[in-house]
Amino acid sequence: MSVWAKHQVFEKNSLVLLVGILVVVAIGGLVEILPLFYLKSTIETVEGMRPYTPLELAGRNIYIREGCYNCHSQMIRPLRDEVERYGPYSLAAESKFDHPFQWGSKRTGPDLARVGGKYSDEWQRAHLINPRSVVPGSIMPGYPFLATNVLDATHIEDDLRVQAMLGVPYTPEMIAAARADVAIQATADDPKAGELAKRYPKALSRDFDGKPGEPTEMDALVAYLQMLGTLVDFKTYDRKANVR
Amino acid sequence: MAQAASIRKTLTIGEGGTALAMVALAALSILISAKAHTAAYAFHAALFAAGSIATVFVIMNRFFARPAEPVPQVIDGKPNYNYGPIKFATIAALFWGIAGFTVGLYAALELAYPALNFDLPFLNFGRIRPLHTSAVIFAFGGNVLLATSFYVVQRTSHARLAGDIAPWFVVLGYNFFILIAGTGYLLGITQSKEYAEPEWYADLWLTIVWVAYLLVFLATLAKRREPHIYVANWFYLAFIVTVAMLHIGNNVAIPLSIFSPKSYIVWSGVQDAMVQWWYGHNAVGFFLTAGFLAIMYYFVPKQANRPVYSYRLSIVHFWALIFIYIWAGPHHLHYTALPDWAQTLGMVFSIILWMPSWGGMINGLMTLQGAWDKLRTDPVLRMMVVSVAFYGMSTFEGPLMSIKAVNSLSHYTDWTIGHVHSGALGWVGYISFGAIYCLVPWIWNRSRLYSLRLVNWHFWVSTLGIVLYISAMWVSGILQGLMWRAYTSQGFLEYSFIETTEAMHPFYVIRALGGGLFLAGALIMVFNIWKTITSPETETVTTTRPQLVAAE
Repeated sequence: MSVWAKHQVFEKNSLVLLVGILVVVAIGGLVEILPLFYLKSTIETVEGMRPYTPLELAGRNIYIREGCYNCHSQMIRPLRDEVERYGPYSLAAESKFDHPFQWGSKRTGPDLARVGGKYSDEWQRAHLINPRSVVPGSIMPGYPFLATNVLDATHIEDDLRVQAMLGVPYTPEMIAAARADVAIQATADDPKAGELAKRYPKALSRDFDGKPGEPTEMDALVAYLQMLGTLVDFKTYDRKANVR
Repeated sequence: MAQAASIRKTLTIGEGGTALAMVALAALSILISAKAHTAAYAFHAALFAAGSIATVFVIMNRFFARPAEPVPQVIDGKPNYNYGPIKFATIAALFWGIAGFTVGLYAALELAYPALNFDLPFLNFGRIRPLHTSAVIFAFGGNVLLATSFYVVQRTSHARLAGDIAPWFVVLGYNFFILIAGTGYLLGITQSKEYAEPEWYADLWLTIVWVAYLLVFLATLAKRREPHIYVANWFYLAFIVTVAMLHIGNNVAIPLSIFSPKSYIVWSGVQDAMVQWWYGHNAVGFFLTAGFLAIMYYFVPKQANRPVYSYRLSIVHFWALIFIYIWAGPHHLHYTALPDWAQTLGMVFSIILWMPSWGGMINGLMTLQGAWDKLRTDPVLRMMVVSVAFYGMSTFEGPLMSIKAVNSLSHYTDWTIGHVHSGALGWVGYISFGAIYCLVPWIWNRSRLYSLRLVNWHFWVSTLGIVLYISAMWVSGILQGLMWRAYTSQGFLEYSFIETTEAMHPFYVIRALGGGLFLAGALIMVFNIWKTITSPETETVTTTRPQLVAAE
């Protein structure tokens, strides 16, 4: 019996064909995905990574909602021009708390992996409200509504709680303080800013939208942008220790 | 006859079960709508409630109107094919096609003229772009796949589609998913996974619909009166099963609560990136390739009136294609923080993938052996053959771009967009148009299309559009990649980012023009199809089409 005739077993039994297909299509994914969960070299050992503050997380969710990832990557490749343009290349460890990842696939606009601290809050606000007021050739849409939308943080504990279930190291104390932390971080010179910075090292607290009063979506988004890529200190990062 | 008339009319299990499930869904949706965390989610829950209540009414109405006996499986010794759901999916494909192309054109114009964003949340490029990709891939492409697969599986099995309510549930449920997904993007409901943006509840709904789709397909195959399963059905089955696997694997998420549209994907960072592009690349491989290769394997031989070129080649390229495609995902993550071993695997398998892809192309093209003259006279066949040629071109370009050295230039640029569109417009678009042009006269029982001249016009107008589109994106992509890495003689980066953006403008205008021509071609098609369906038939139709030769 030729090999071609043997193939008839698939052609004459739909369930055999179904099982055959499942086996064949499962292999590649298993080999490429499963090891990423147990090979220790997958994620570098670094210092400085912490979960997002509640305000940053809310800002990140606005970033997702508006589809920023469609035009902005957050993944600097280890190529000379990218490192010179955007800063040290991105580490896997830097997105280990990102559910989902925001590496992106297209740079209609520049990479944002290390945009934190590159521009002032005022520049970020002006740019988000009308990009062409600060970058005349920009083709980015304007987001003036962010400045007027009051941030809905009524369920922010749920966000932290679910992320904690998924392995992000939010403590019960962080979850309990989540709503208060949103207001603290978005206020200039809040007396409790020190407590927030203890929970979330390096967290910046100030009036990101430049308007006192209830935190707006602008507060949250700017707080997120201003911390992007700032957690790992590359002056002390030991590249050689993490050669993969 | 008297005995038949005396059968008591009772609800079938399908009718009763679906109606009960819909009543339960309506109750749940009303509860969620009342307690939803956001207005957008309340609106979606209300849509679910309205949809499920409407379904109950339709089922009851249909029950009172139908005869007591079940629909006959065979009439006069011939299978009583079920064309209703196919007709719906065909019209839906045309509708979503025009919608998706129009949104794509608008998105293209936004990149050329940003004032078109109007600073409005729902018109922003970031929300419009997923609307475009989902509308063309899942709404247009998905309905074409539903329509053709339900047609092909019946005809090649010589059996009526399995189920009574089930095929309708699949077609209507799928289009309801599209409605939820599309309105969700505009309202800002997205989980930001490319080509998998819909949130957890839409994903759950799609999973239910998809399982029903698989069951209808398998049950119809089980009823077949041919010993062999025709090759097109292998590809449809691989498409249905693999898309189910990918959809579930990539969308495992925990919602904040049943009253919140927001969820968090269980994967994070580098693992999430790998899972996403395992999904993303194989949405291309199995939704946009395996499914449409199935269309090629039925409609090209049928329209050319020739058997498939090589049975053995179809076996080899089927198994090779589905095995190798799955590995290719990491080429979307070259030079990222994904470990090198995974990147290398992705690159190697992407290059190997060139072979089975071209195996499929050769099998499609060579089917015309002895019938090449038909390319001059049959514009529908010409469209499908050009589609297979585009398939060959983009499956050569893909492996090329997956080589790390090439990818370091092409990644993040418009070259990728050009590559995708040569596949999407040329391959998926043209094979779909060809299939629709074939299918409409067959299922509406017309002897021919309203006008072949208009098919010709459609072909040339949209071909011109595709050429403009992909050449503009090649130039802009390569130009942008080169500008990003250009250095002055003193060793400084030569261009700021915004200078590279400004250099793209003329190409964005040309791309929009190309997209506009493609849309114009599709509008010509819709007019032609409309006239084909509504024009009174002048001659009686003879349905003696040549029988397909089983894949042997």
